[in-house]
Amino acid sequence: MLTILFDGVAYGMLLFILAVGLAVTMGLMNFINLAHGAFAMAGGYITVLLMQRLGVPFLVCLPLAFLGAALMGALLERTLYRPMYNKPHLDQVLFSIGLVFMAVASVDYFLGSSQQNIHLPVWLKGRTEIGSDAFMLGMGHYRLFIIAVCAALTVALQYVLTKTRFGSRLRASVDDQRVAAGLGINVNLVFLSTFAVGSGLAGLGGALGAEVLGLDPTFPLKFMVYFLIVVAVGGTSSITGPLLAALLLGIADVAGKYYIPKLGAFIVYSLMIAILIWRPQGLFVRKAAKSS
Amino acid sequence: MTQLNAREWLLGQSRIKPLEAVFWLLAFAAPVLTPSHALIINEIAIVALFAISLDIILGYTGIVSLGHAAFFGLGGYAAALFAKHVMPDPLVGLAVGIAAATLLGLMASLTILRGSDLTRLMVTLGLGLILMELANKLDWLTGGADGLQGVVMGSILGRFEFDLSGQTAAYYSLSVLLVFFMLLRRVTQSPLGATLMAIRDNRLRAMSIGIPVNARLTLAYTLAAAVAGAAGALMTQTTGFASLDLFEFHRSADVLLILVIGGTGWLYGGVAGAIVFKLMQDFLSSITPQYWMFWIGLFLVVLVLVGRDRLIRPWTWLGAGRKGQS
Repeated sequence: MLTILFDGVAYGMLLFILAVGLAVTMGLMNFINLAHGAFAMAGGYITVLLMQRLGVPFLVCLPLAFLGAALMGALLERTLYRPMYNKPHLDQVLFSIGLVFMAVASVDYFLGSSQQNIHLPVWLKGRTEIGSDAFMLGMGHYRLFIIAVCAALTVALQYVLTKTRFGSRLRASVDDQRVAAGLGINVNLVFLSTFAVGSGLAGLGGALGAEVLGLDPTFPLKFMVYFLIVVAVGGTSSITGPLLAALLLGIADVAGKYYIPKLGAFIVYSLMIAILIWRPQGLFVRKAAKSS
Repeated sequence: MTQLNAREWLLGQSRIKPLEAVFWLLAFAAPVLTPSHALIINEIAIVALFAISLDIILGYTGIVSLGHAAFFGLGGYAAALFAKHVMPDPLVGLAVGIAAATLLGLMASLTILRGSDLTRLMVTLGLGLILMELANKLDWLTGGADGLQGVVMGSILGRFEFDLSGQTAAYYSLSVLLVFFMLLRRVTQSPLGATLMAIRDNRLRAMSIGIPVNARLTLAYTLAAAVAGAAGALMTQTTGFASLDLFEFHRSADVLLILVIGGTGWLYGGVAGAIVFKLMQDFLSSITPQYWMFWIGLFLVVLVLVGRDRLIRPWTWLGAGRKGQS
């Protein structure tokens, strides 16, 4: 029972790190980016390749995955994404689906379609159990590690967003792009760096999650829905919304798969549709947020 | 413009033009002229029907949907199950498929009335995934991941047997396509169609001139679902097989692409897109069967970067750039 809750929290944290970049870019640019999972996949594959081919230790791979994905994000933002911001949503959807398809097919071509494994260091492999019987809490060390990393990142993100100069610029741009630009904020630069950091976080999430979620070329398609659920349910105006949505989704998914395996992912989707019918703008939205 | 002229102009718009008649005659002659291509003609007709059903909600009503395959799949499974367990008559099966999809469309239309594009995208996507999960898990009924096998179809009207070369299938699909095409053509050119377009262009204004927006959205969505169900039913009936592939995400994405190739808000767009898409798929798959997905992705990206309005009008390619920014 507690173990399921724990696994759910770990899963939710992971989803949050994967999806937070999407939430910020979607709120910032009102851009529907279905290709976010491709950056996560890039991070995952960077880790796998570095570890398998070059023997780089796991902990060194994580920042590299972040950097690699962030670099890719920055490059794509500058070249391909920027002209898309002012296009209708249909164009954005088509464009990002196209990117996903290309990413899936190229990874398949270069690296094969098989599932990739990450060999964790020994100190992350164990499992600690506390308590007994119904209240037993079994914590996999790796999941504990995930929760710790993600929690640290969340706190850091929250700090950057609320306390730093960059954070206030970012929030100003989200609230009203034109006024922000009028006040002398270089909105394009804010967009670029946010997109890069968001992609980098996705890459880091992909690297961390390769062990838990599985990593194969169809990763962006499989998890696209989950990222979108986090964003759609959590709303795009803060990072606490997506965080709560991700935790909810993680716990619901793990619990659903454990207790009612027959229904599978069914619960999550139904829950999402129900929530979106009830609160179309997401569960945790400020009042009077700008309408898209 | 006087009243009479306006009326004549409107009627002239909806009149069947000679070119259209030529097109349909050619389409119906095709299975006889090239019997070896009857199978792909059949597929094109089905995909075209699916595409024009999406056009009703996307092109005419302005609802972006990523889960249109839900109705396609449901229609397909309903028709296949009906043929397997009740009676093998294709036309009754088609009606059952349409009825099932209509019912689902009516229920699902509740989900698309509110919210932004993103919300709609999510709920339509979610619906498609839910149906796929259902078809996957209800394996006693649908065969699960193995697909529904052993569907034997009867002959159409008791006279035309389905043959291996696919000629009967092609004619069957083409006829259904023609019937629905003309029906939808009539709908889109009626005042009802005009209200749909008004909703697409400006929902607020449409509401304030007295158009019952929600009722119209429901109607359009249900209609589109019904036609998609018909396309799905045709698919399983002519292949004698229903599998989870009917619900796959790529099917919803493909049909979106087809519609975009041909042009939205224009019924012939769906048909033209289906022809181009299927031929392209046939061609590219024969070169790189495995990586067809890459090319379709590249095509999508280029299509959007170039501007999808321009791609179908090659004469605007020269001297582009300046105009493209607008």
